[in-house]
Amino acid sequence: MHRLSALMFALGLGLPGTSAHAGEVALAVAANFLEPARVISAAFTRATGHSVHISGGATGKFYAQIVNGAPFDVLLAADDETPARLIAGKQAVPGSAFTYAVGRLALWSADDKKVDPAATALRNGQFRFLAVANPKTAPYGRAALETLKSMQIDVPDNKRVVGESIAQTWQFAASGNAELGFVALSQIWKDGKLTRGSAWVVPDSLHTPIRQDAVLLTRGQNNAAARALLDWMKQPATQRIIQSYGYGT
Amino acid sequence: MTLSADDWTALALTAQLAALVTLILFVLGTPLAWWLARTTSNWRGPVMAVVALPIVLPPTVIGFYLLIALGPNGPGGQFTQAIGIGLLPFTFWGLVVASVIYSLPFMVQPLQAAFEAIGRRPLESAATLRASPLDTFFSVVVPLSWPGFLTAGVLAFAHTVGEFGVVLMLGGNLAGETRVASVQLYDYVEAFDYAGAHRLAAVLMVFSFLVLLAVYARRPRAA
Repeated sequence: MHRLSALMFALGLGLPGTSAHAGEVALAVAANFLEPARVISAAFTRATGHSVHISGGATGKFYAQIVNGAPFDVLLAADDETPARLIAGKQAVPGSAFTYAVGRLALWSADDKKVDPAATALRNGQFRFLAVANPKTAPYGRAALETLKSMQIDVPDNKRVVGESIAQTWQFAASGNAELGFVALSQIWKDGKLTRGSAWVVPDSLHTPIRQDAVLLTRGQNNAAARALLDWMKQPATQRIIQSYGYGT
Repeated sequence: MTLSADDWTALALTAQLAALVTLILFVLGTPLAWWLARTTSNWRGPVMAVVALPIVLPPTVIGFYLLIALGPNGPGGQFTQAIGIGLLPFTFWGLVVASVIYSLPFMVQPLQAAFEAIGRRPLESAATLRASPLDTFFSVVVPLSWPGFLTAGVLAFAHTVGEFGVVLMLGGNLAGETRVASVQLYDYVEAFDYAGAHRLAAVLMVFSFLVLLAVYARRPRAA
C-alpha cells in the first residue's frame, strides 16, 4: 500500500510537468499552406511541448465541417471571408481573426521557356489551355480573373480550364495539359527561388490582396495550446518561414 | 423548383456521356465478358483482376494518372497526338475514354455472371444443330442472358452518371464540354449555394431512382 501510494505520488508529480503545459491543438489548414504549417508546427512543438494534429483541405469544406461540429480548434484559412463567416455564425471567437499570410499569384508553366517577364505567351494567346482555380470557391481563382481584367486580356471560356482547387490547377499545368496556369507562388517557390518551369510573379497591384486569415474556433476557446499556436503564428521567426514559401506577411 | 440553363446543359451533357459510354461498353464489354466466362486460359484471373481495379482505386487517383498518361508527356497523349486527334484531357472525348475505363467492371461483371449461368448445354445443343458460333450467340445466348445485359447496361449508365472524381480531375470544368451534373452540383456546394445544390441533387436523385426502379421492377424474381 505504501509503495502503491508512492507510485501514485510519483505519477501525480510527474504528470503536471507534462500535462499542465503540454496541450493538443486540432488544426485545420488550407491546402496551399499545408507544407509551411507542418514546418511551423514542428518548431512550435519543439518549443512548447504542445502537440499539433494537422488536417489539410479546402477551406470551403472545412467551413461546412466546422458548422456541422468538426472537432477543430484553429483554422488557417485560404481567405479572410471564411473566418469572418465563422465568427458571424458563432463558430469562431470574435476578435481572434488575423492575417497570417498574404498569397502571391504567379503565371506559371512547366515549360522552362514558356513564360517570360512580360507574360508574352498570355498576352498573345499562345496557349491551348490556361488553368485557373474556380473563382467561385478559390481566392486565387478570383485574383487570376481580376488580373486578366486589369491586363485587359480576354481569354475565351473554352480555353480556360478550371481547377476545383489551387492544387488541382497546379496539376493541370504541371502535367503539361495546360501550357499556362495561374497558381499560388507558394506552390512553385522554395527558399527564395523557382522550383521548376518558368513563371511571372503577378504584381500585387493587379488584383485585390489574397489575405489568408487564421481564427480561433469556438471549440478551442479554452484551449491554451490553441491560443499559444495563434501567438506563435505572429512571431518574427514564423513570419520568416512563411515568407520563404513565397507569401507576403 | 426551377433549374438554371447551366443545370440543363450539365444534365444533357451527363446523359449524352453516359449513353455513349454505355454503348461503347456493350461493344467492348460483351466479347470480354464472353471470353472470361468461357476461357480456361491462365490469363483469366489476371484479366478479371485488372477489370475490377477501377472499383478499388479512388476515382481521383484514376483521374490523376489518366491526366498524366493522356497528357503531352504521357504515352497515351503521345499516341493521340501521333494519330492526329490531339490531346484528350479537358475534352468531352477525354471524359468518354476515362468513363469507359472507370465503368468497365460494371458492364463486364454482370454480363460474365449471366453468361456463366447459361452453362454448356444450350451451346452444345445449338452446335449439334449446326448453328455458327455467332448465330448461337445472338439466337441462344443473348435471349437467355438478357436480364444480365439489362443490369450491366443500367449499372454502367448509372455509374457514369454518378462519376465525379475522375471527371473533376480530367475535365477542367468546361461548360457544355466537361462540366457534368455532378461537377455542377459540387460547384454549388463549394460556393455555399445550397439552394442550387439541393435543386440539382433532387433532380439527380429522382432520375436515378426512376432508372433503377425501371430495371428492378421488371426483373423477374428468382424462382
